[in-house]
Amino acid sequence: MANVIDDAAIEYLGVLAKLALSQEEKEAAKADMGRMLDYIDKLNELDTSGVQPMSHVFPVKNVFREDVVENGDGREALLANGPECTGEAFVVPKTIG
Amino acid sequence: MSILELTAVELGKRIKTGQVTVEEAVQASLDQIKKAEQKVNAFVTVDEEGALRRAEEVQKKINRGELRGPLAGVPAALKDNLCTKGLLTTCCSKILYNFVPSYTAEAVLHLERAGAVILGKTNMDEFAMGSTTETSAYGETRNPWNLDHVPGGSSGGSCAAVAVNECFYALGSDTGGSIRQPSSFCGVTGFKPTYGTVSRYGLIAYGSSLDQIGPVAKDVTDCAAILEAIASYDPKDSTSIRREDNRFTEALVDEVRGLRIGIPRDYFGEGLNPQVRDTILGAADVLRQKGAIVEEFDLSLVEYGVPAYYVIASAEASSNLSRFDGVKYGYRSPSYKDLYSMYKKSRSEGFGPEVKRRIMLGAFVLSSGYYDAYYVKAQKTKALIKRAFDQAFQSFDVILAPASPDTAPRLGQSLRDPIQMYLGDIYTISANLVGLPGLTVPCGTDSSGLPIGMQLIGDCFQEKKLIRAGFAFERSRCYQGPAMAKELEQSTPNPYVGEASSAQGSIWEKGGK
Amino acid sequence: MRKEYETVIGLEVHVELATKTKIFCACPTKFGGAPNAHTCPVCTGMPGALPVLNKQVVEYALAVGLAVNCQVNQCCKFDRKNYFYPDNPQNYQISQLYLPICYDGFVEINTEGGSKKIGIHEVHMEEDAGKLIHDEQGERSLVDFNRSGVPLIEIVSEPDMRSAQEVIAYLEKLRMTIQYLGASDCRLQEGSMRADINLSVREAGAKEMGTRTEMKNLNSFKAIGRAIEGERQRQIDILESGGKVVQETRRWDDHQGISIAMRSKEDAHDYRYFPDPDLPPVEIRDDWLERIRQARPEMREEKRRRYQEEFGLPQYDAEILTSWKKIADVFEETTAICGRPKEVSNWLMVEGMRLLKEKDMDVEGLDFSPENLAALIRLVEKNVINRTVAKAVFEEIFWSDVNPETYVEEHGLKVVNDIDALARVIEKIIAENPQSVRDFKKGKKKAAGFLVGQTMRAMEGKAEPGLVNQLVKEQLSLL
Repeated sequence: MANVIDDAAIEYLGVLAKLALSQEEKEAAKADMGRMLDYIDKLNELDTSGVQPMSHVFPVKNVFREDVVENGDGREALLANGPECTGEAFVVPKTIG
Repeated sequence: MSILELTAVELGKRIKTGQVTVEEAVQASLDQIKKAEQKVNAFVTVDEEGALRRAEEVQKKINRGELRGPLAGVPAALKDNLCTKGLLTTCCSKILYNFVPSYTAEAVLHLERAGAVILGKTNMDEFAMGSTTETSAYGETRNPWNLDHVPGGSSGGSCAAVAVNECFYALGSDTGGSIRQPSSFCGVTGFKPTYGTVSRYGLIAYGSSLDQIGPVAKDVTDCAAILEAIASYDPKDSTSIRREDNRFTEALVDEVRGLRIGIPRDYFGEGLNPQVRDTILGAADVLRQKGAIVEEFDLSLVEYGVPAYYVIASAEASSNLSRFDGVKYGYRSPSYKDLYSMYKKSRSEGFGPEVKRRIMLGAFVLSSGYYDAYYVKAQKTKALIKRAFDQAFQSFDVILAPASPDTAPRLGQSLRDPIQMYLGDIYTISANLVGLPGLTVPCGTDSSGLPIGMQLIGDCFQEKKLIRAGFAFERSRCYQGPAMAKELEQSTPNPYVGEASSAQGSIWEKGGK
Repeated sequence: MRKEYETVIGLEVHVELATKTKIFCACPTKFGGAPNAHTCPVCTGMPGALPVLNKQVVEYALAVGLAVNCQVNQCCKFDRKNYFYPDNPQNYQISQLYLPICYDGFVEINTEGGSKKIGIHEVHMEEDAGKLIHDEQGERSLVDFNRSGVPLIEIVSEPDMRSAQEVIAYLEKLRMTIQYLGASDCRLQEGSMRADINLSVREAGAKEMGTRTEMKNLNSFKAIGRAIEGERQRQIDILESGGKVVQETRRWDDHQGISIAMRSKEDAHDYRYFPDPDLPPVEIRDDWLERIRQARPEMREEKRRRYQEEFGLPQYDAEILTSWKKIADVFEETTAICGRPKEVSNWLMVEGMRLLKEKDMDVEGLDFSPENLAALIRLVEKNVINRTVAKAVFEEIFWSDVNPETYVEEHGLKVVNDIDALARVIEKIIAENPQSVRDFKKGKKKAAGFLVGQTMRAMEGKAEPGLVNQLVKEQLSLL
């Protein structure tokens, strides 16, 4: 399936993952991912028909919080690491809509 | 015997009896750090001032009888993916170069309650993605046994720091072997507990379904004591497990008669360095002589662990690491024209190549049209691997295996071929996929003097069996650190102690600039 | 000749749940905090923070799911929806895709052609995003995470609606149901209920669906009506001119009355959903479901019937009063204090509804105490004030929740029952209006009405009109 990793695929993944790769990095990524996927295709040797995909290893269920307010004003701690802030909010380049 | 050569528990006893003060221990560690860092680069942040202040506070509490645990007053280090309130936490990535958390990881809070003195933060592969500690944005860590070799990874800083006596123990994290493999390479003892045993709250996530925090120390006794301190049910971590059997030190008994130990034939085939194989099998013999029942068996599916792991870990990582976007914390590119270019430039400039590689792979295996073929397939494979282990543990109490196919490679050797590097995780990865505990205990060296560790894997929640086997084994031999640890200790302090400490303050930071 | 077209509409309705805390952390959900005050590491995507599910969210979602006749996924999971936007702090939203909590239900609505079933595809739980404040002059936006992590349910209908009327009837039905359950206040203007409209058109009688668009940013029933008409027309125009409708998301601009495509090459609409490894599955056993069923409060139809039976209200009154849970609550609480259900009903239906309409106000904004309304009704009953004054006092209660007794006292609004005083005023009025007296004598009975009016005015409304009428006639007959 490695042939699915063409220039367009790398471009598309850059949009999804918000990464802008240099031409050199793109070529490297294409080669690396192609090889990686070839290797991962090894999984196709396994017959997994009838196997339930496992997302959680342990049968832990129903972990809840009660609906009780415990947190106070978190603004100062929140903004302390902001690359660009006003006194009360983060600043980002203009968004539309 | 010098202070630095003591194990954590031995030091704890001497502090309690007043033979050693907390300050002496902390100062000894700080001196050793100053000497060793230029060579080893195991730390990315050293909090000298904080550690000395804390030493005073802990000493008072010990004197008042408020702190009585085995680790009270013992200096420790933390992998830099554990959040520490007020102390730089970078994950050894440029993208978090200046991040100072407002909260402390739950596991670290437990250590503090046990009286730990935190010396600083240790080097690691960027976001724990790597097996050599070479992908760190703050320079690679070197193996104290031979500085031309890597310490392993991703908890290479923690393991090297323990090996070279810069601290008495450290915390690491293990997503695919990141505690067990560098412990093997550095000749120290590392323990990855059952998934859910130690809270992940405050651990900067790589693969959330795989990550576990665990101890790195000089011996099994220390590991058991540290794990006992940090294991807890945490309501802030929904995957945390309520366990009643957290008194791990109870399992420190030198008795393995009747313990059924399985040696998976499929872990000892092609690709395994013969010296490693012989050393591990030699360790198995030691346990057999002590009365354990050692048998070979076929585990099966071993070769599918690595591909399944890289699908799942990359998928989770691609999502976990999307929060690093230049909006709320960390690095923001200085030049951009709009929102999306700000995202892309900040992330592209902030992440290193290995992290980008895994994010791209993760985005791909989850993307429309490929989710079933890759992600779901990997999760089904995981279910099959779980069955294979379930079956093995019907016959055995413990699985004994190498931690890595080889001893520590030379610097720069692994990153050239990612797949080869990923294959190096073949013996450790399955335990993460299915949540099992694994313990690495040093058991010898190769012909060039590099350490070899054996890995003991248990069924979920069976840490005590691993502790018993590991403890019985190490009773048969005594801990040997790298020669460099002693040499450095005996050397006179170097007036120039490296870039890190040349900073004016008493907190040395490699990020933060 | 233009062809006949059928409009096919499905809705995605987001409802903010009435929990005290956010879905995955213990931050408050209440409005009105300073920007970013209601935040913690969890709801702002700080590194290492982890979500823990608020149990009440599951209970509300189940209550709504059951009320709209859904099946329940007794093992449901949360998935991550991955996309970058500054109001989404983790750059993934925790939602449900593969195993939503409820699925396959329906609600019945009344249409011109009678009752109609609208299918519910699913109800799922998810977290709300933060708010972006756009700096109009500058080149920047500000991010406020106070709403980030507020629990939502999304109710996804089948494409079963055919007109704006049906859409509004469906939304009204959902609103009433959810308000009665207490799961949300469902205020469209405030954004606690939001509807995205999926709309396509097809030639009448066609079996195949047309290409649909999704419209966002609809915050009133009126806007929804206009948006549906506008989008229907836009799509028909495209088809009539031989074009093709593009499947896309559009934003309704109610001021301009047009929709605008929201497109960017950075939006791939590939959300890479996968099960959230941080959240274990939710298992909903039968006993839990049964408890939710048992705890269901009285719903609208039951209440309407009870109002007719227990309070003897006409069907019309019962319908109106129960159309908003808030009004029904005020009605019941007031009646519990002062009795006289029909009187209470009249005040709420006539005066209350009039004021709401006048100010185009949302019923949920009602904020006066039933004690004050009950006190007003008693004042009227005891003839302390007359109805004209009472209406004015009601308005004061309605807007400012005044205590009517104090208010009447302070403003001297009590009815003057002193007949001598009243008689003196009437004498004066009669003396000042000889023409009216003459008209009356000539048989123009209306002239007496004028004099009564003049007397009431002189009394500033504080006289009992019946009494004044009687006294005026008495005095006129003596002349």
